[in-house]
Amino acid sequence: MPTVPAYSSGAAVRLAEMADVTGSDSALRRFLHGLPGVDAVGIEARAATLGTRSIKTTAKAYAIDLAISMIDLTTLEGADTPGKVRALCAKGISPDPTDATTPKVAAICVYPDMVPVAKAALGASGIKVASVATAFPSGRAGMPVKLADTAEAVAAGADEIDMVIDRGAFLSGRYLEVFEEIKAVKAACHREPGPDGTGGPAHLKVIFETGELSTYDNVRRASWLAMLAGADFIKTSTGKVAVNATPPVTLLMLEAVRDFHATTGVQVGVKPAGGIRTTKDAIKYLVMVNETLGDRWLSADWFRFGASSLLNDLLMQRHKLSTGRYSGPDYVTVD
Amino acid sequence: MKQAERLNVYKTYKLFVGGKFPRSESGRVYEVTDSKGNWLANAPLSSRKDARDAVVAARKAFGGWSGTTAYNRGQILYRVAEMLEGRRDQFTAEVAAGEGLSKSKAAAQVDAAVDRWVWYAGWSDKVAQIAGSANPVAGPYFNLSVPEPTGVVAVLAPQESSFLGLVSVIAPVIVTGNTVVVLTSEKSPLPALSLGEVLATSDVPGGVVNILSGKVSEVAPHLAAHMDVNAIDLAGADAEESARLQVAAADNLKRVLRPSATDWTAEPGTDRLLAFLETKTVWHPIGV
Repeated sequence: MPTVPAYSSGAAVRLAEMADVTGSDSALRRFLHGLPGVDAVGIEARAATLGTRSIKTTAKAYAIDLAISMIDLTTLEGADTPGKVRALCAKGISPDPTDATTPKVAAICVYPDMVPVAKAALGASGIKVASVATAFPSGRAGMPVKLADTAEAVAAGADEIDMVIDRGAFLSGRYLEVFEEIKAVKAACHREPGPDGTGGPAHLKVIFETGELSTYDNVRRASWLAMLAGADFIKTSTGKVAVNATPPVTLLMLEAVRDFHATTGVQVGVKPAGGIRTTKDAIKYLVMVNETLGDRWLSADWFRFGASSLLNDLLMQRHKLSTGRYSGPDYVTVD
Repeated sequence: MKQAERLNVYKTYKLFVGGKFPRSESGRVYEVTDSKGNWLANAPLSSRKDARDAVVAARKAFGGWSGTTAYNRGQILYRVAEMLEGRRDQFTAEVAAGEGLSKSKAAAQVDAAVDRWVWYAGWSDKVAQIAGSANPVAGPYFNLSVPEPTGVVAVLAPQESSFLGLVSVIAPVIVTGNTVVVLTSEKSPLPALSLGEVLATSDVPGGVVNILSGKVSEVAPHLAAHMDVNAIDLAGADAEESARLQVAAADNLKRVLRPSATDWTAEPGTDRLLAFLETKTVWHPIGV
């Protein structure tokens, strides 16, 4: 299992030097509000420009396979059944049964009670099990409930935990509360490795629900806050509200990750989720990652797509590239 | 003082895809001339990506259109005929210019096309009577065969009869609940592109009819090979192209209607109606 986040040499020292920033509520507030304001027009224009790159033929084939290998294949419905989760796992292992060269997805993302089912269905395939936790998607519950939610998923074997922050606390300015919450959940992700060295701590992805944070400045603050608190990944949204991942918001988070890495030497991953449905969109995100963070982040260890319908479109595009014919929804699964 | 002359207002002919009027994705146009070679207008020169988008739109519209009642489909198609009637002069002028006909001959073509549209509209709730059946079986069951639409049908419209021929290939496809991507006559696409404007204003849901203008040699192979197209009507392809397209269409076992010498002015019969139907047979216990 890769070490996320990756600490470069001296990172621990540099991170320790920033400890005073999170020492008190007022210090944290001063730091977060001292971050430079976001040029909204600039970041939207930059995201739009990066979306115009033309990625064709072999580069497109590479991008499609890369995108498939980065997918957190997700089912987060009240109507989820063990059967549906098993079907999704089978699809994750072998997205296109007619073509063995298709890469498998990165992870299967489910609710905590479905973790054992997914774990059993995935077996030794190498695909991770990600579980949402902390009263997903609203995050409106007391800390004991959130920690119990997390602990249950970790105990059931989840490799990754997708937590939601308390947007109410964040928006009313109680930053230290959010900070402590993330730290507590991070602690709850701890797990002793088994005798064979597998099954260490679960990776923590922190969901901001950017659609509810209202401003770009808030997204930048939330990104720094989560990374300072020890997030392994920062994730845009739950997929449960009207506004989900957008290119400008994701670009902003990528830039925060870049700046955090430059400041502390800690490498953090990014996961846009919700609303990414087409191959074209996915490739735009990959271009953004490459242009903002470089190809070190172009792997499933550092960048993920939270998506369900995206996979089918990627598979149809893959058919088109390999056969020269346009494919159709009859040739991929109905999930 | 001499009064300023009025500036010409030229019409920009555009594609009709998903209920909207886009230009070709490629940004290309080609010159459409009358039978004597005089410039009439620029028409969009569709690319394979326009065909792709049109198929997506047709697929999206299929569920809704095939789910409407036959009676409602008939009413909507009759409404199209009403709208056509209102634009009679425009179509007459476009047909006359494109096909080199006299005004009266062109008008006769347009009238025949409107009548044909009405004729096919009437078939919507009657086709099940001739294509379906109640089958006698050795058991206490009702055994019923009913026709269902095939799905997305690609149509290469006749090259010579730019309007009557066009109507004669579109109407029978959609009346039974299919959706259609039609590639217009290469030489005279203008009546077909104007038909899009009629369809847009006559309750036909967007995506049920998608109209592309361009080269058969460029666009048709992609439609024929497309895995999400369920049938193709090769009326507008020549013999050589037709053979190639049939090979391409074999991959997903599309229904293929081969081109045949057709007199478009003659009574059409039900061949084209029945070509794009699938038969579903259900068994139902008697007395339950």
